[in-house]
Amino acid sequence: MTAPLAVEVGTELPEQSFTVTRADLVRYAGASGDFNPIHWNQRVAQAVGLPDVIAHGMLTMALAGRVVSDWAGDPGRVLAYSVRFTRPVVVPDDGVGATVTVSAKVTAVEDDVAAVSVTATFDGQTVLGRATARVRLG
Amino acid sequence: MALNPAFVGRTFARPGTYLVGREKVREFASAIGDLNPASHDVAAARALGYADVVAPPTFAIVLALAASSAVVKDPELGLDYSRVVHGEQGFEYVRPVVAGDELSIITTIESVKQLAGNDLIATSGRITDATGAHVLTTRSLLVSRAPDEDPA
Repeated sequence: MTAPLAVEVGTELPEQSFTVTRADLVRYAGASGDFNPIHWNQRVAQAVGLPDVIAHGMLTMALAGRVVSDWAGDPGRVLAYSVRFTRPVVVPDDGVGATVTVSAKVTAVEDDVAAVSVTATFDGQTVLGRATARVRLG
Repeated sequence: MALNPAFVGRTFARPGTYLVGREKVREFASAIGDLNPASHDVAAARALGYADVVAPPTFAIVLALAASSAVVKDPELGLDYSRVVHGEQGFEYVRPVVAGDELSIITTIESVKQLAGNDLIATSGRITDATGAHVLTTRSLLVSRAPDEDPA
């Protein structure tokens, strides 16, 4: 067991920034089984109208989810997690990659479960919409 | 092209089961940079009361994506998969997935519609364990972008 989480409405979870490179996309493709070429092949990405290779939405979702699960301690405390993918995270082949910054805060506490709202930004704009999690506190 | 509305409500059981491997959980966790000991170290997971390493909350996409891809690529549905982007994703857990789980998934096509020339398809995946107990439900919205649209 991990210690119960002490929270109230408005509690902010520790913010984190994540750098995503082409190598990270290849690694995530292998781990997840999502080999859609728009996530690793610039030619294909641009042929379908994207500015460049984009990160898997699921990788962005997973990184944002780490802000919640790292805070929760026990990943099994995450009872629900959902997002809308509103903008792509473009990952150039420049040796630097893209940086996604994630913050989150508690919006409700009821029956030992916290509702958490997650905000992920890239290049000054949010990339996830309605990103929410429910976390068991005990 | 409009999607075939006859697909709404159809369910598809993935043939066989998906055995959650300990190394697969570690590989997935590492790929998202998640170093939580519960997802890597069996002793740490057991200290939390789990039988084996605990999968990160989005791990179930490994199972759900493969299952729904097989369904939405059916040519009778009419979805241009080359133009598909992920619109929404959700996971609702009854309990976390742990290594050793032998999971089954039934994918349901919840809705199809056209919005601003884009084709939208919503699916859900009900995932159960070897005892038949419900483990989690996944929900996905896939968007096939209209060919003439400039995504800017």
